[in-house]
Amino acid sequence: MTVRAMVTGLGVVAPAGVGAEAFWAAARAGHCALGPITRFDAAAYPVRLAGEVATFDAAAFVPGPVIPQTDRFTHLGLAAAAMALADARANPADLPEYGSAVVTGASSGGTEFGQHEIERLWREGPGSVGAYQSIAWFYAATTGQVSIRHKLRGPCGVLATEQAAGLDALGEARRMLRSGVRLVLAGGTDASLCPYGLVAQLSTGLLSAASDPSAAYLPFSPAAGGYVPGEGGAMMVIERADDAAARGIAPYGEIAGYAATFDPPPGSGRGPGLVRAAMLALRDADVPPSEIDVVFADAMGAPAWDSAEAAAISAVFGPHGVPVTAPKAGSGRSYAGGASLDVACALLSIRAGLIPPTPGGGRPDPRYAIDLVSRQPRKQRIRAALVLARGYGGFNAAVVVRAPSRPE
Amino acid sequence: MANFTFDDLSRILRDSAGLALDPGHDDTPLADLGYESLAVLEFASRVKKQYGVALPDEAVDVSHTPREILTTVNERLGLT
Repeated sequence: MTVRAMVTGLGVVAPAGVGAEAFWAAARAGHCALGPITRFDAAAYPVRLAGEVATFDAAAFVPGPVIPQTDRFTHLGLAAAAMALADARANPADLPEYGSAVVTGASSGGTEFGQHEIERLWREGPGSVGAYQSIAWFYAATTGQVSIRHKLRGPCGVLATEQAAGLDALGEARRMLRSGVRLVLAGGTDASLCPYGLVAQLSTGLLSAASDPSAAYLPFSPAAGGYVPGEGGAMMVIERADDAAARGIAPYGEIAGYAATFDPPPGSGRGPGLVRAAMLALRDADVPPSEIDVVFADAMGAPAWDSAEAAAISAVFGPHGVPVTAPKAGSGRSYAGGASLDVACALLSIRAGLIPPTPGGGRPDPRYAIDLVSRQPRKQRIRAALVLARGYGGFNAAVVVRAPSRPE
Repeated sequence: MANFTFDDLSRILRDSAGLALDPGHDDTPLADLGYESLAVLEFASRVKKQYGVALPDEAVDVSHTPREILTTVNERLGLT
């Protein structure tokens, strides 16, 4: 009997709010949490908007000594992890010593922490670079710190696949459960709103230079002009279905299918790998396209990418074949945190029987032939959701999230 | 020459690791007081900057106690 991976706890730190409830309230309302960057003075930069986690008090979630030893992306990850464990009413100490693990997605790593150390290097010399730079920048920092804090001694890991990483972490979590681990904390967070981080992001040419938050990130719109960067993410407790049942925990849903592909090199004549990732994930879940009730799109918000994603969706579901939504248009693309936020949103949509709208309220470009849920949420019983993610550099991933079955 | 005191030790450990050293544990290894290797590395780096004494890895590590570290630093201050 194949082990089924159930999500039993959610911890969310998003621009719209800290906590799953605040996040969902904003998502269902199509709230736009984008605004001017406040974490540093971005007036001279071509990109001045972001989805910031504005009201986050690290001291409320992170032990005092750990705060100056780690970057903001780890503070957010520690907060989300603690919330997820509490939400799941899970106590790793009840499990065998190596029975619980953590796997995160990573992308930017500790850019803001690193920025300060680089400043000290050039201002005061090498002797002033702090020892904690050695671990704070590192893309596995959050995995490590969560593992230490919650004593999760099983096979921990990190996947650095940019925006696809949140889905790849779930695929890895499911693999871990199937190899004998009993509980996995999986997800990702990102925080790269500092000069160094933003300049690195600018190099892709995909960021929106718009100054009006309500018109800056418009996935699938004819007016799409790039995306807005975001911070935040989500962590989830994943357990085997029988363990969740034995603990009396009602899961949010199941990670029923997962696949990852990599794009072929330019000039190969082969198309991007997103459609194959979607089809493989559906096959893995044994769910036909007709039983998918919503697609949470990767939503790059840049025309060529939107076109490619719309084509992939149509290839799987047919033109206008499935409701599509992109709540991230209201909070930004959050790299290592983005796909985790999408999965959290999918699970909360399943629970509510409601598809949240794509903030921005626009009609999609008719050439894309997609049924974009916008302006208001759509009541919909959701049997299964498909979440898509593309990481810069050629990564594609897809996850099928299935509603929990009726009591077994 | 200025003595390196318990208060100096506690202050610099607090600046290094975010954790002040409580008095009354003079003979407990730093590792058992909540400090790990990076905290000690950071401590050594700050002492070098503030007092001009080098503290190589073997001179100060997490197995050393507050009493031993005070002795080591003051000995090295006496040598300069």
